[in-house]
Amino acid sequence: MNKFEKVSGIAAPMPLVNIDTDMIIPKIFLKTIKRSGLGVNLFDEMRYDRQGNENPDFVLNKPAYREAEILIAGDNFGCGSSREHAPWALADFGIKVIVSTSFADIFYNNCFKNGMLPIILPQEQVDVLMKDAEKGANARMEVDLEKQTISTSEGETFSFDIDPFRKHCLLEGLDDIGLTFEKVAEIDAFEARAAQARPWV
Amino acid sequence: MSPKTLYDKIWDAHVAHEAEDGTCLLYIDRHLVHEVTSPQAFEGLRMANRTVRAPDKTIAVPDHNVPTTGDRNAVIENEESRIQVEALDRNAKDFGLIYYPVNDVRQGIVHIVGPEQGWTLPGMTVVCGDSHTATHGAFGALAHGIGTSEVEHVLATQTLIQKKSKNMKVEITGKLRPGVTAKDITLSVIGATGTAGGTGYVIEYCGEAIRDLSMEGRMTVCNMAIEGGARAGLIAPDETTFDYVKGRAHAPKGAQWEAAMDWWKTLYSDDDAQWDKVITIKGEDIAPVVTWGTSPEDVLPIDAVVPAPETFNGGKAEAARRAIEYMGLTPGQKLSDIEIDTVFIGSCTNGRIEDLRAAAAILKGKKIKDGLRAMVVPGSGLVRAQAEEEGLARIFQDAGFEWRLAGCSMCLAMNPDQLSEGERCASTSNRNFEGRQGYKGRTHLVSPAMAAAAAVTGRLTDVREMM
Repeated sequence: MNKFEKVSGIAAPMPLVNIDTDMIIPKIFLKTIKRSGLGVNLFDEMRYDRQGNENPDFVLNKPAYREAEILIAGDNFGCGSSREHAPWALADFGIKVIVSTSFADIFYNNCFKNGMLPIILPQEQVDVLMKDAEKGANARMEVDLEKQTISTSEGETFSFDIDPFRKHCLLEGLDDIGLTFEKVAEIDAFEARAAQARPWV
Repeated sequence: MSPKTLYDKIWDAHVAHEAEDGTCLLYIDRHLVHEVTSPQAFEGLRMANRTVRAPDKTIAVPDHNVPTTGDRNAVIENEESRIQVEALDRNAKDFGLIYYPVNDVRQGIVHIVGPEQGWTLPGMTVVCGDSHTATHGAFGALAHGIGTSEVEHVLATQTLIQKKSKNMKVEITGKLRPGVTAKDITLSVIGATGTAGGTGYVIEYCGEAIRDLSMEGRMTVCNMAIEGGARAGLIAPDETTFDYVKGRAHAPKGAQWEAAMDWWKTLYSDDDAQWDKVITIKGEDIAPVVTWGTSPEDVLPIDAVVPAPETFNGGKAEAARRAIEYMGLTPGQKLSDIEIDTVFIGSCTNGRIEDLRAAAAILKGKKIKDGLRAMVVPGSGLVRAQAEEEGLARIFQDAGFEWRLAGCSMCLAMNPDQLSEGERCASTSNRNFEGRQGYKGRTHLVSPAMAAAAAVTGRLTDVREMM
């Protein structure tokens, strides 16, 4: 996994609440057996008409936001299915950071596995970022994971919380499975104990 | 010892390693696998030259892409679906997993097959690359959905990196009124808490109305815990649970059964356990409900009207406006006046035998409305066989329903069963999201009995009028 570095990029506003994983990547694109190439179908049903023409009103189709790297979203972003195709599609499009007041649990986990940073902030601060994002491509935000800050184009800065272990993994680009293999002796020991205590499992 | 919740007890029994910051390696007892969220995980194993650590705890079954008509030995017509199912066939074989292929009578929706075969047992940790893994919580198992990277992690290490969630108690007191089912309970809870109300929590459902439910009903309740945002839903095991589990193909037998029971009987929340959040709903206050919008929290009793968007606060007002437009409804319109084109009975939420019995009880001796499309998709080949034996299949067919083969079907439309643009469906599935059942399709979530009632009248209908 790539190391997460500072992001200085365009933020796109998506104020709709409860943006679900079916909106992020409709199920017809889940038939792939690969992880890559889903960016073109990100938000497919909102982004294109049935003939595949772009809907000019959709935020990521507007010239100002085509290169967006940050999404500022409404409450409960990523609710619904466990499909990791959702963060794969976002990452493939070029999104590196998503800001909301809340995220669905599985989506939130999935982001970290793909080198993406979901940031949770209070409503008032999301409102400020949303307004800034609505200014378009001239408004670039700065995200500094090391310092745990996000700044608007006007320099207003908010701090965010993040689990220290997850932060460490993002900054170093660590592979979870590799880390867990370092504890294989503990897993072996647990398995032996469990086989004694609950032999029916 | 300090008092514990059921979640605390299961969690503590599965921590293989705990770091100083509380990050744990949680051991996984059962890993369920389907064809949509696993191919990239197996590809990852191959690329890293890794194996599956516990193939005897890894159970695979194709369900999402499987057509529900035709010959189960025939090749799947849609090329992408066929490739995905064939990939699972190959991965199950190469890695030595327990496998129920498409042409096995035990095949079905993964969350119906697991309990049916006795793979799901009280006190276990169960995961699957599928959000409706919450279903298995009905057995007092800690069960939740994971992403594909985590699927790969569990395949390789039989553990997950986890931090503990908070404890929420949802108590449904007293008795349910006639015509009210487990589906109405679970939708009503989501209506009360919102789709993000459970975020960060594991919910334990309890109270008399929950105790009175069958295992099928309990699975319906836990299945939709994820729709309320919770990581998992749990119900403490009791005699109803033990009776259901006993004798199943992979349930413990003899001395092992006795040993298991000794532990299972300790799996309940202690009286003075601490809860981070408590919600209490009176069973008698729950009505048969339907959804009007495009989020499961958009739910109201069948005798209500489509709400006005301006009655909602904040971002929810805009979401309601968008939902009402998408659904083609008018504020103030009676929900029971909404005419439907299609009825779908099935899914991991409501595709079990009891669900089919409830729908058949309403349909017996009746016909579906002229011109309506109606289908029943049993949750597994065994549910289908049992329904045929009980004469339910005949009732459905005589009423005008199509009697299908097992699979996820129209719940998510990854297979040929889909809504067309503008088509309106009364559905026993779990998600009414935009496009969920087909591009621009319109979904109203209901219980199996309510779906049957709607099939007869051709509009959303209060099932109590037919009882």
